[in-house]
Amino acid sequence: MSIKTLTIDGRMVTGAAGESIFDVAWNNGIRIPRLCHVGGISDVGACRLCLVEIEGWPKLAAACLTPVEEGMVVRTQTERLRRHRKLIVELLLAERNHVCSVCVQNGHCELQDLAAELGVDHVRVYYRFPRLGVDMSHERFGLDHNRCILCTRCVRVCDEVEGAHTWDVAGRGVNCMIVADMGEPWGNSETCTSCGKCVQVCPTGALFEKGKTVGEMYKDRRFLKYIVTAREKRQWIR
Amino acid sequence: MDPVNRKIRLATVWLGGCSGCHMSFLDMDERLLELAQRVELLASPFTDYKDFPEVDITLVEGAVANEEHLEQIRLIRRRTRILVAFGDCAVTGNVTALRNVFPVEEVLARAFQETATPVVGVPRGNPAVPRLLERARPIHEVVQVDYFLQGCPPSGPEIYEFLMALIEGRQPEIARKKFG
Repeated sequence: MSIKTLTIDGRMVTGAAGESIFDVAWNNGIRIPRLCHVGGISDVGACRLCLVEIEGWPKLAAACLTPVEEGMVVRTQTERLRRHRKLIVELLLAERNHVCSVCVQNGHCELQDLAAELGVDHVRVYYRFPRLGVDMSHERFGLDHNRCILCTRCVRVCDEVEGAHTWDVAGRGVNCMIVADMGEPWGNSETCTSCGKCVQVCPTGALFEKGKTVGEMYKDRRFLKYIVTAREKRQWIR
Repeated sequence: MDPVNRKIRLATVWLGGCSGCHMSFLDMDERLLELAQRVELLASPFTDYKDFPEVDITLVEGAVANEEHLEQIRLIRRRTRILVAFGDCAVTGNVTALRNVFPVEEVLARAFQETATPVVGVPRGNPAVPRLLERARPIHEVVQVDYFLQGCPPSGPEIYEFLMALIEGRQPEIARKKFG
């Protein structure tokens, strides 16, 4: 295995060839913000929050999709990046109806936490207030499109870990929506195994367990590490 | 009065909100007495006033939801030195703005016809009932806002710390662990 040595935020770090800047940074305690990345499933670079500056590169790069290279000089916490990240979060908040005070995920939401961390105290762009539905057709779970940020964690965990590929993305631009099977109510899905992995990886209150009210939904995605370890190391260990 | 040592002139107003932020203001409990030593409360839902006074600080609870709010907030901005969006409805629209995904006519029909007993119909043409705006707005979409105090509602201690900082001329420490 070839080893790459690079500099992240002034620190000399090493990673294996093919490893992403994101993973190498986190392994070294350098926390790059993210909403679409989740360990154990593939990366798509959907949220753009992990954008970093790389010396000599004309554009910003998504850390989750950029493999480390020998001699790279990466900066993850510049004023410019902070400004971009803050605006990204504000755009996410304005795009759909994120009403924290009445959300099942209030108080333990990754979007909400990131907003606080980045110092978002109000949203500077106009809210869109789209009229979106809540799919409560599934026996155990609900999907609230108002809270969805289209990170596609649910799509990837369903396909790559559960192997069901119930979820996918339909439509373009503001019409982009998470859909079950060919766009039918979740409860009618013939592929869904009701495993709930999508619910547990969802960073916001978009996917939730029925019966949970404001602030009662806690997500637990430790199962993912368990399954991925089993798959990669052939060991069922926690 | 001595312009340097005079008390800070404070006002609080209640636009399109549930009054929860004002209830939280009262949750400052005994610290209200301490606050009263430092400020002169010139206008609030608890006081009687005809015309909005010139003040140093105004806490605005609630979203801008109807034409009267719009008129009020513009006047308040002109007469206020430091305008504070007080609580989530003022900051984000929050619960008041939940109706924004529906056309106003649908909202009125739901409130005054479909769910009302007895049904008296949607009030129209009555000058005492302000017309709803097409959308409830956070106040910074309408006027310049100086500070945003989040929370649904912000807690009593948070309000106290925030106000004391403003009164003492310090930068208020309003970095919260939580958005909204």
